[in-house]
This record gives sequence, C-alpha cells and structure tokens, in this order.
Amino acid sequence: MKKEPLEAKEKEAALRINSFDEVVFGYNEEEASSEASRCLQCKNPVCISGCPVGIDIKKFIYQITQKDYRGAYFTIRQKNDFPSICGRVCPAEYQCRKTCILTKKDSPFAAKEAINIHFLERFVGDYGMKNNLSVPQGKGALAAKIKVAVVGSGPAGICCAGELARKGVKVVIFESLHKLGGVLRYGIPPFRLPRDILDFEINYLKKLGVEFVPNCIIGKSKTLDGLFKEGFSALFLGLGAGTPSFLGIPGENLCNVYSANEFLTRVNLMCAYDFPKFHTPVNIGKHAIVIGGGNTAMDAARVALRLQKMNGIAPDTTILYRRSEVEMPARRLEIEHAKEEGIKFKLLVKPEEFYADEKGFVQEIRCLKCRLGEPDSSGRRKPIPVAQSDFKMPCDLAIIAVGLKANQILTKATPAIKVDVWADVVVNPETMETSVKKVFAGGDIVGGEGTVIEAMGMAKIAAEAILKSCST
Amino acid sequence: MKIVYKQILGQVQDIRLTRLDIAAGDIAKEAKPGQFVVLMTSEEGERIPLTIVDRDKDKGAITLIFQEAGLTTKILGKLNPGDSLYALAGPLGHPTEIKNYGKVVLVGGGVGIAELYPVAKALKQAGNQVAVILGARTKELLILEKELKSVSDELYITTDDGSYGRKGFTTDILKELLDKNKYVLVYAVGPIPMMRKCAAVTQEFKVKTLVSLNALMVDATGMCGCCRVEVGGKTQFSCVDGPEFDGHLVDWDELTKRNAIYLDKEQHICKLMLK
Repeated sequence: MKKEPLEAKEKEAALRINSFDEVVFGYNEEEASSEASRCLQCKNPVCISGCPVGIDIKKFIYQITQKDYRGAYFTIRQKNDFPSICGRVCPAEYQCRKTCILTKKDSPFAAKEAINIHFLERFVGDYGMKNNLSVPQGKGALAAKIKVAVVGSGPAGICCAGELARKGVKVVIFESLHKLGGVLRYGIPPFRLPRDILDFEINYLKKLGVEFVPNCIIGKSKTLDGLFKEGFSALFLGLGAGTPSFLGIPGENLCNVYSANEFLTRVNLMCAYDFPKFHTPVNIGKHAIVIGGGNTAMDAARVALRLQKMNGIAPDTTILYRRSEVEMPARRLEIEHAKEEGIKFKLLVKPEEFYADEKGFVQEIRCLKCRLGEPDSSGRRKPIPVAQSDFKMPCDLAIIAVGLKANQILTKATPAIKVDVWADVVVNPETMETSVKKVFAGGDIVGGEGTVIEAMGMAKIAAEAILKSCST
Repeated sequence: MKIVYKQILGQVQDIRLTRLDIAAGDIAKEAKPGQFVVLMTSEEGERIPLTIVDRDKDKGAITLIFQEAGLTTKILGKLNPGDSLYALAGPLGHPTEIKNYGKVVLVGGGVGIAELYPVAKALKQAGNQVAVILGARTKELLILEKELKSVSDELYITTDDGSYGRKGFTTDILKELLDKNKYVLVYAVGPIPMMRKCAAVTQEFKVKTLVSLNALMVDATGMCGCCRVEVGGKTQFSCVDGPEFDGHLVDWDELTKRNAIYLDKEQHICKLMLK
C-alpha cells in the first residue's frame, strides 16, 4: 500500500502566536522511520543534485529505515556541518524535494508527495545533538600550521570555519555584532530556528577549537592587511547581504516605517519582544503592513502578528505583494504557516505612498492594483500597475521586506577587492578566491541573496581551495 | 572594554556630563576624528552610538563623553573604573575630512562640544585658522573649555542663562563672525535645533556647513536603516554614509521626528528601571 506523506506535527496556530516558541515540532522516531520508508531509493537519486552541498540523501534515508541514526548523522555531517539548522531553514521545496522523483517535472516547487527530506535531516541532526555525536577532528601536520581568519559568523562563515577546523586548521571568526550567527540570529526568528539549536551548533565549532571574536568590524576595527600581518595565512569573507533595500516612494522615512532588517534585528537579536527586560524598544501598530513576498516578509509579518497578540492588540497584519502567490519567492511552508496564523495576503498591489499623522508617524498607505504581464528576466510574470486603481489602507506600522544588498563596509575599505555593479564580491567560481590572493569569499556577498545552504555550498568550495592554496 | 578612568565633567541637578576612558586597543589604534563607537552596557542593553572624543594609542584607550539622557547613558553613568562594558565596536562612520581649508568656524553645543574637540584638534594641526564657538545651558554644564582653547585661535562662549560668557546662543556669535570675516567651512555639532539654526545662518552667507548627526541606530554598520535621514532628497544612512552631512541639505523635520520615535518607551523604561 502506498503510504501518504507525513507532515511534521506543529504547534496549533492559535497557541503559537502567543510566543516565539518553535512552530514545527519535527518527527519522532516512529514518524521519521515511516517517512523514510516512503523513499524509493532510486538507482539514480536525483534529489542529491538538488542539494547545494550534495548530501548523500539516499544513503542517510536508508540508514534511518535501518534505525542506524548514528550512521545517518555521519552521512549528513560528511557534507553538512549544521543539519539541525538546515533541516529547519532550508527551502527544501525548491531544492532536494523539488528534484525528488516524486515531484513532477517542471513543477515550480516540490509536490506534496515528495519525500520530506528536510524533516528527516532535522530528525537526524537533532538526534546527533541529543546524543552528543561529534565528528572526529583530523590532525594534518600541514593544516596545523595554517591559521585562517573568517569574517562574518553567518551560514557561510561558520560552514567554512567548520570545514577547516575539522581538518585541524586554526580558525578565528570575526563578527561585527555582539552575538554570533549572522542572519541566523538577527534575521531568522526563534520560532523558526530556536536559539538553543543555534547556540549548540555554534558551540560545536568552539569545541573544534574555533575562536570567536565578536564586536570586531573588519575594514574598520582591523584591516585585511592587518589580519595578514597578524599571521593569518588566508581569509574567508562571509560578509552577507546586510543592506536593506527600500521602495523609493514618498513617506518611506516616516516614523514606524521599518526595514525588515531593522524590525527583525530589534526583535530577534535585541529581544525587543521582551521589552523592558531587554532595553531595545520596537513599536507595534494596530494595522501592520508588510511589503514583499520572500521569506523575510513572512518572518516579519509573523513577528508583527505575534507582537500584536502579545501586546493585547487584535491581530491585523497584511502582506502586500505586487505579483500573485505562485510567484512569491518565500518557502511554501512559511506561506502556509503565515496563513494559518491569520496573516492576510493582499496580492497584485504596488505601494505608492505613505501618509503621516501630525507627529510624523505613518497612518495610511496608498497602493495601485496590478495585473500580471509577460514573464520578466527572473522568469516570473511581471506585475503591471493598473492606472487609476488607487486605494488606501490604514497602516500604522510598515515593514519593507523587498530585498537586501551587499554590506559594503569591508569592500569600501579595501578597494583591491573587486566588486560587481551590485557591490557583490567577484570570485573565481572554482575556488571562490577574490581578486586579492589568499582572500576568499562566499555566501550572499557573492552573487546576492541566496539560501543558507547555498552559502554553505560556496563556503565548502572555498575551504577546500584555502587548504590547497596554503599547501602550495 | 574595561573602564580605566571616570570623571564627572559637569552637573546641574539631574543633568550630568561624564567622561569615561575605556580600554580598547584596536579602536584606539584605528580611530580618526569624527568617528564613533557603538556600545552595550549589558546583554539586555541597547546598542547606542557615541563619538570617540579622544584616544591614547600607547595606553590603548578611548575617551567617551556623554550626557545622561536615556536609560543606557544613565546606566553608563553609574559604571566605575574596573567595570566592563558588555560590547564595544568601532571605529564607525566616515572620519572627518581633515585638510587645510583656511578659515573655519566650529560650533559645539552641550555634549556636542565633546564631539567637536577631536575635529578642532585635527583641523588646527592641519594648519587651519580655527574659531570655536561653544554653547551651554549654564556655566556648570560647559565642558572642555580649556581643551578647546588650546586647539583654537579664537574661542567664544555663550550660555543660555548668561552665567558665563555671552548670554544667548551660539548662532548669535556665528552670525557676527560671518558678518565680519570670510570663512571656508562651518562645522556644527550639538542638539538638532542648534545644528539646524547654524545651517540656516550659514545658508544666508553661502558657507559650506558640515553637521554631525545623532540619529538613532541599532547595529550601526549599515544593516538596519534605523538611522536613515534624507539629505538633498536622497536617503542616507547616518552610520555608514555619515555621520557628517551637508547641513544645508539635511531634512531637519524628518530627523527631529525620527529621533522621537521611542520617546514614550524611553520614559517608561527609565521610570521602571531607575526607581
């Protein structure tokens, strides 16, 4: 008998909007084993081609069916140091699950029937965490002589550090903020990635001997040259796409118009949801509007709605997006979660202007309706504003989540590093080496906004190239 | 991040101006006039920016001067030598462009005088003819008079209540100086109304005017846009594009309103935490 796909259990929507606790519970052993048994164990496992780091998905799923969770853990760890993180935040429906044989060809994202690879990965990662499994550290004579500086402690940085440290290289990670994890900490809310999971994965690096230096802004506190003078043999730049884009419409600088980065940083990194115990404030409104259709927009909306609920305001949070739902770049799972929690979606609308009250706080937004035209360069149908279709909505909190650009602090201070027109760092894709010798880069600072696992994929290539470059 | 020196520079009732020297080798090494740090007093604390007033490369220490206004500066004011900050990062922002402009007027108001000092010192060293105007509410709140005297060719002082120097505002003297002489640059740092008034005065005389803005910040590295300010019709981030901007192009209304976004929450938390 054909088994139905098994969704991981979740906290009930009505309950979860009262807190920042994790939404998805994940599989227990029985559920994992049941879902794993649905895997067809294809001769040619195309799912693997959908994984940016090439995890042997077929093998680890087989090991789950054999109750060899330990083996499954090490299978994943061969390619991915952070299964508990990736199992939670990877957009699997666009990656491994999309290439899974159970998804029809040409589908824009994974079919419901596709194996829930991400839930299985999470199960295995959490098993390893609970049982304190750790990968033995290599001790190459050469590696021990190498010291590498990693700039940025986001997904790319910690992945590169892990790869190198496991081979016995001395790694120091420099982070500009006071806490580690980069976007995993300031961007992704705890209800998607609990902080104890993040802390555990970062502590794992500390156990490998990786040293962390927070509050250090390379390009400002220290220069790249300075790092080489301190004795580092190579550098890896995982600077991220940290600069928020804005819409460029009138009223965008009114009070209570936030970039998603600011709103999320205040809440996730600075814990503004626990004000006044934590001292950083964040404002919340009766009518929250979030503009954008990506994961950041979903995160911001779900945070805003929780803050409304937790502050005794009747939840009213609306996502405005200029295309339709199918074009939304967000994870399908997160769109579903947002809907379950009561986020309203107003699609095919383009914000035109914000209006203020007498004190300069936003109180209203004017939009135009859109229709979909022909596909544009992104392959998605282009939104075309409809003339004279203006309408207004009440809006006393606006969050702009329309994308992120490169953070330029380091590259502006280091002109020798070649950047492209978007200020992203230019690298040799085979080695991830920048225009400066022994300086490598990966993650969102190369090629713009991507996913956690794509960043890790680049970081792994870089780690290998760093080892090679230091041995010649 | 350890505090190595503390001095109360001025106090009237609950208004207090404090100097802290903090051990920060890397920052002391790299800091230039006009730059700032971002700091936290505890893990629960806010990230607030403060201008680097001075540095001692040999001792590896930086000097910060602040007026106790919000919760974080009030907590900071309670710290003593031997205490440590939770986080300190910098130097941030563009340094002031230091060169020989010729004749310059520097205007500092209130705690802004502290921010003026490193700029005045550097401009004097670069060979400029430096006129300095300092403004304070009252004599006891006037800081760094001696230090600024030593790095200026002329020094003028105003107090709001006339308890010291001339009674009135810095802009009164600024106007007189611009009437008498030709200046290449005016640099103003202090409360928003003062900088705004300075810019209005210099506009009449068509003198280039730089102001150092004190926008609210979170990360202070260009990540959040909290500190955005419209300058000449373009949105700029104070933290990475500033903190200095052309005073004639700043949208002062917007800055004033944005700096008051959390006023109610600030009052609430101060009442609650400092009981």
